[in-house]
Amino acid sequence: MSDILNDETKKVLTTPLVNDNPITLQVLGICSALAVTSQMSTSLIMALALTSVTACSSAAISSIRNHIPSSIRIIVQMTIIASLVIVVDQILKAFAYEISKQLSVFVGLIITNCIVMGRAEAYAMKNPPLESFMDGIGNGLGYSLILIVVAFFRETLGSGKLLGIEVFKLTKDGGWYDPNGLMLLPPSAFFIIGLIIWSVRQWKPKQVEQAEFKIMSIAHGEGGHH
Amino acid sequence: MLKCEQFNKICDKLDSCEHYQKFKVYKDKILALGNDSLEKTIAIAVALCLVCAVLVSFSAVALKPLQVHNKELDMKQNILDVAGLLQEGSDIDSAFSEKIEAKIVDLETGDYVEDMNADEYDQRKAAKDPALSVAIPKDKDIAHIRVKAKYAKVFLVKEDGAIKSIILPVNGYGLWSTLYGFLSVDPDGQTVQSINFYDQAETPGLGGEVVNPTWRALWKGKKVYAETEQAALSEEPALSLIKGVVDSAKPGSQHQVDGLAGATLTSTGVTNLVKYWMSKEGFAPYLAKVRTVKGAQL
Repeated sequence: MSDILNDETKKVLTTPLVNDNPITLQVLGICSALAVTSQMSTSLIMALALTSVTACSSAAISSIRNHIPSSIRIIVQMTIIASLVIVVDQILKAFAYEISKQLSVFVGLIITNCIVMGRAEAYAMKNPPLESFMDGIGNGLGYSLILIVVAFFRETLGSGKLLGIEVFKLTKDGGWYDPNGLMLLPPSAFFIIGLIIWSVRQWKPKQVEQAEFKIMSIAHGEGGHH
Repeated sequence: MLKCEQFNKICDKLDSCEHYQKFKVYKDKILALGNDSLEKTIAIAVALCLVCAVLVSFSAVALKPLQVHNKELDMKQNILDVAGLLQEGSDIDSAFSEKIEAKIVDLETGDYVEDMNADEYDQRKAAKDPALSVAIPKDKDIAHIRVKAKYAKVFLVKEDGAIKSIILPVNGYGLWSTLYGFLSVDPDGQTVQSINFYDQAETPGLGGEVVNPTWRALWKGKKVYAETEQAALSEEPALSLIKGVVDSAKPGSQHQVDGLAGATLTSTGVTNLVKYWMSKEGFAPYLAKVRTVKGAQL
């Protein structure tokens, strides 16, 4: 019995890292990945906040999954998620005031982060609490991984720093590195995430999606043959 | 062990309570119902809301003192910073109460208001209170803040009985957000000591550089008002941010600060908020009075 549990836990913990990554494969939670990744410190806190919310909400939803009326299913999930996010926001304001000031509205926006809802609906509604908790942790880690990679490039290339510590000496301080201002703006995260998705799919071609439709060449007749 | 016994006692008491028994029976009945029955739907919704409300209010109430303390500390730290008194590792609370005195200023007359408690007055809250604020006419609202409090809370830094600097609260709209900050000036009401923004949400790395110490250091020694021929000060402030780097050899450079690279709108916003708050709409009447009585007597 414990072996089965271990295998399942291991699976839900590791597959979201690369094989079923919420950002690169499921393409969820992009908005916050664009918004908070201009600095490593905010990304780390955001990743931590989202991981704990996903894990706890999945566990809570899963523990009452057999009694959730299907007509108010989504509202029940949202209520649980929203409550947890408020708690996390309060904790950040009390213990990490500086960071919570920088994250401002984005902690609150975890409520609408598709990863949390997605895991609740796709996994926690059908599986027991412990596995759901682990699934939440796993998906949170997958999200964190991408956030950290994006923040690494954005902070080093955009401001020559990492976690606020200087890595490249900037020209305005008499160094050699001229920072790339684009890296500090949200669109740069789009490019970086796009490159990550491309490289992951080069590495694991299985993740490449089938085109939904193909343009047929005229030589094959009037088209319409499928 | 003791706690466990107490817990058991409470449980026994609960078991003997009639209402609790009724609740248990009702709970079992509800749980046994089909998931889609109306009664269960309502009961689950109510129960869930109760649990969540308790969770949220508990965390909000339990953490409130810490949050309020953080906010106050942050504000004090910013005031000490703009006064140039912030030292690494020193106790913020004691440094603040030792060197800094809060005063309420009536913006219209420029006089101190003595019958208000300066420590309890919150200018940002007052700006939202119709009784304590005034709407700014559109043509005068260059800082795009729409309303201002009637009374401003200024901070005086004293040393050996004399005033060393005057710290003025300023705010205005940048690109994405309203910037809130402090501008500190010499007792001559003319020479800038420092500027700092404690609440802003401009683009990090571009407009967000308003908090960069290197840029903030450029403000030191700048003059707010132009000097007219009669050796008097102009009514309207002359201080502004310019595109590029200030050439200190050119006339008027004492009224110019480097703009923020790549953040034209934030720079304009900062110029506007300084212009607004140093004009006669803002602190000009107060500063004029400070100049005539020469800081020491305040």
